[in-house]
Amino acid sequence: MALLDVNHLDVRFALRRGDVQALRDVSFSLERGERLGIVGESGAGKSVAAFSLLNLIAKPGYIAGGSIQFDGRELTDMSDRALRHVRGHRMSMIFQDPMMTLNPVLSIGDQMVECLKAHRRISTAEARAISLRKLEQVQIPSPAARLDQYPHELSGGMRQRVIIAIALLLDPDIIIADEPTTALDVTIQAEIMALLLELCEKHNVGLILITHDLGVVSQVTQRMLVMYAGRVIEQGPTREIINDPQHPYTQGLINALPQMATPGSRLNQIPGSMPSLDNLPTGCAFHPRCGFVNRADGTTRRACIDEVPGFVTSGNCRVACHMVAEMLERERIPAEEIR
Amino acid sequence: MTTSTPQVASRWARFRGSYLLYSFKRDLIAQLSLLVFIALVAVAVLAPWLAPMNPYDLAQIDIMSSELPPLWIAGSDPTYLLGTDAQGRDLLSTILYGARVSLIIGFGAVALQALLGVSFGLLAGYLGGRVDAFLMRLADIQLSFSTLMVAIVVGAVVKAAFGGATFSAYAVPLLVLIIGLAEWPQYARTVRASVLAERHKEYVDAARVMGFTSRRIMFRHILPNTLSPIFVISTVQVANAIIAEAALSFLGLGMPETQPSLGSLIKSGFDYLQSGSWWITLIPGLVLVVLVLVINLLGDWLRDVLNPRLYKA
Amino acid sequence: MIAFLIKRLFHAVLVMFVISLIAFAIQDNLGDPIQQMVGQSVPESERELLREQLGLNDPFLVQYLRFAGNALQLDFGYSYIFNQPTTEVILRHLPATLELVFATTVLIVLLSVPIGVYSAIRPRAWLSRFFMGISIVGISIPVFLTAIMLIQLFAIGVTWTPFPAETGWGAWLNDLITTEGGMPAYGRGDPVPVFGTWATNFATLEGLTYLVLPAVSLASIMLPLFIRLIRAEMLEVLQSEYVKFARAKGISLRRIYFLHALKNTMLPVITMGGVQIGTLVAYTILTETVFQWPGMGLMFLNAIQRSDVPLIITYLMIVGLIFVITNTLVDLIYGLVNPTVKLTGKPA
Repeated sequence: MALLDVNHLDVRFALRRGDVQALRDVSFSLERGERLGIVGESGAGKSVAAFSLLNLIAKPGYIAGGSIQFDGRELTDMSDRALRHVRGHRMSMIFQDPMMTLNPVLSIGDQMVECLKAHRRISTAEARAISLRKLEQVQIPSPAARLDQYPHELSGGMRQRVIIAIALLLDPDIIIADEPTTALDVTIQAEIMALLLELCEKHNVGLILITHDLGVVSQVTQRMLVMYAGRVIEQGPTREIINDPQHPYTQGLINALPQMATPGSRLNQIPGSMPSLDNLPTGCAFHPRCGFVNRADGTTRRACIDEVPGFVTSGNCRVACHMVAEMLERERIPAEEIR
Repeated sequence: MTTSTPQVASRWARFRGSYLLYSFKRDLIAQLSLLVFIALVAVAVLAPWLAPMNPYDLAQIDIMSSELPPLWIAGSDPTYLLGTDAQGRDLLSTILYGARVSLIIGFGAVALQALLGVSFGLLAGYLGGRVDAFLMRLADIQLSFSTLMVAIVVGAVVKAAFGGATFSAYAVPLLVLIIGLAEWPQYARTVRASVLAERHKEYVDAARVMGFTSRRIMFRHILPNTLSPIFVISTVQVANAIIAEAALSFLGLGMPETQPSLGSLIKSGFDYLQSGSWWITLIPGLVLVVLVLVINLLGDWLRDVLNPRLYKA
Repeated sequence: MIAFLIKRLFHAVLVMFVISLIAFAIQDNLGDPIQQMVGQSVPESERELLREQLGLNDPFLVQYLRFAGNALQLDFGYSYIFNQPTTEVILRHLPATLELVFATTVLIVLLSVPIGVYSAIRPRAWLSRFFMGISIVGISIPVFLTAIMLIQLFAIGVTWTPFPAETGWGAWLNDLITTEGGMPAYGRGDPVPVFGTWATNFATLEGLTYLVLPAVSLASIMLPLFIRLIRAEMLEVLQSEYVKFARAKGISLRRIYFLHALKNTMLPVITMGGVQIGTLVAYTILTETVFQWPGMGLMFLNAIQRSDVPLIITYLMIVGLIFVITNTLVDLIYGLVNPTVKLTGKPA
């Protein structure tokens, strides 16, 4: 059984005008030490998926259905007190903006020691020693001095290193990184990402990387899922999806990369924009922007407009697309014909 | 391709469809507050016609009917619905006239401080440099003493300079002046902050490039964009002005007994609290509280409505 | 740290200079010292001579310098009412006000923090709504009116009989909301002398009862402000990323509320506290007037009513000095609590 098993996760927001569904039927799993990427536009639900793992979705959000199994235990049933033992300890998180993530009025040392002491009965001196070791691991210069410094005294890159160190403090099984390099200078992004990758490999720590950057995903993750309007629309090995995307949306994303454009011509855009969660189109949420609703012969694929697509397995990937389903059906070789 | 001129809705139509009205219709407290406020203002303005008797007319005062309790307490006289004070004046009438004075001074003072404060704020924000530094220093010192303290000190000085009799004769305009002078920094600071935020926006550069004078830019271009915070603090400032006047009158630096405001009514009534005639001081007090409360509630509602951070997009 | 203090000292001197200028201008133009010193029958010629001798005809600048020189030696002249040096009069009245302000501050701190924090943690609880409701009402009642109402309720006593008195439960309820009064509401009672001019109300239980109503009145007008402020700041802080991160680290809610959140919340509250010193002084004047509490506020009021100009301007100068000192202290405390403010010269 996988270390982390998410099945049919449903997350809703209870607003005054009714419930809005933020995550619909999201399923994925993570083996020990595996690295998974979650990709999508802003508002697709990536962060909601990440926060829901540790039940940290801000009210009025709540988990409406589905299961999250971690190391055999069901997380959705657990009380906040029980979950606290998982948070920061077995599963830790890295947020996007290192300046906002660290409390400005507490020293770095305080914020690291408190994390250790919240989960283990150790003395402050021991906690400081462990913190120092972790700071060295993230390659911060003069780590001993940092413990007594305050967040505003460090640069953005250094702060994010501190946060990575905090995430590693209790030797977690999984790190959930929500856009960890988006807020950093471009020059630092690669460094931080490389550091994170190295540490995860070295200590066999699983990584769930949430990002909109396909380049990073292709370099760091082994498997990925693509999200759109609260649903997973394609998932599978990263290499395969990047090289041969099957869902029209994923294809659009890949084609939109600057390196895929022909020099001198316009960049490839996906027309339109992602719908807001309280105003989803019928059927497949992507169909208003999809170029494949109409078949090559001019007929319309009614299913795209009327039915929410289910998952079909295509090779090692799972795709939620009527067109792909149709293609697979047509390509299916009758048993008698296989030689 | 044909182009059509866009239809701009009339002001009234825009108001009717505005978020302000929408939010108002859904907020019961705002509606009640506005209702009570309008009722009090109306009653106060119409005091000379509504009041059963004229408390300033010495002929109408009967010392024999002094300290009569209000209607619902034993020993009252039905002619005096809310009882009488120590001189035999009908309390209902004095309260009506008193509310009138309080409101006049409240609104007058706010008008003055708005005029001063907005002008200074615009100047400071737009011109910057020494003008800004000087004005803001002044405002800061005044604010750090608290506007009430400044009002008390200025009031004391003015009263001592003019002498008691002259002060009483011109009490209303003098109080407007005193409170207006004490409270202008609030407006100035608010407007200056808005101006500083607007100054760097592109429409100001565009206006300057087109050759408009500073004054025109300040008043016709920047000022309309700073109106929203001005409205919000205006409601609070009216409440503050009414309380400031009440406080000054209570200290003897405000309206005289012959032309009382709610504050001086409370003051003169206080002396009779121990002897059991609580109504002389507490009923005007109640009216004052209700008046200030509804203004504060309206101000709270207005601030919630106009505050862009709270817009639930 | 030294640089900060020197800058503040300079600022303080500047402010005191402006205040002294204003105070002197007031003294120069208000009232006639000669009139206060000699009787009615003294002829004008002698008055003029006296004026000349006392230097009252000297140019403004000379008189001001004389005034400033005296001020620096804490000599502000004699009070007309008390016929004593004004500084002595003020020193005599100072302890009463200080004790009142101290009691009020204790009340405010003890009440506003728990209520504000609770209202932020559980904003929809009925208790929170209740506190917010009375906060708005509290702001709308001027301090002297609160004082009067408290006097009526607890010093004089009220008898309510809205419930049917014949029934057992009716009588009991009536009894519940009836107050007997009896709390002292006039003056300080018998404060116990400590040293010099200092007599304290804190020494005896009876002395404390005299403090109750005035302190509660004074606190009632400032509490709503602080409760609303703490609640608003805390609500915002609770939405911040670092609070979310602390939760993701598995830190206990109690530590998050009372360390992570509260420390950030109190910063703007400290600043606001400093700003409110001025209003506190004004409200103290009003409260002392109602309770005839013999402190500086009441003294100032009497000075105004009887045109005791030296006492008035001494009061202004002393109050100015108090403002400057407290503002500097508040800034210092803020700088010590908030690590992002560099008070010392330490490099980052």
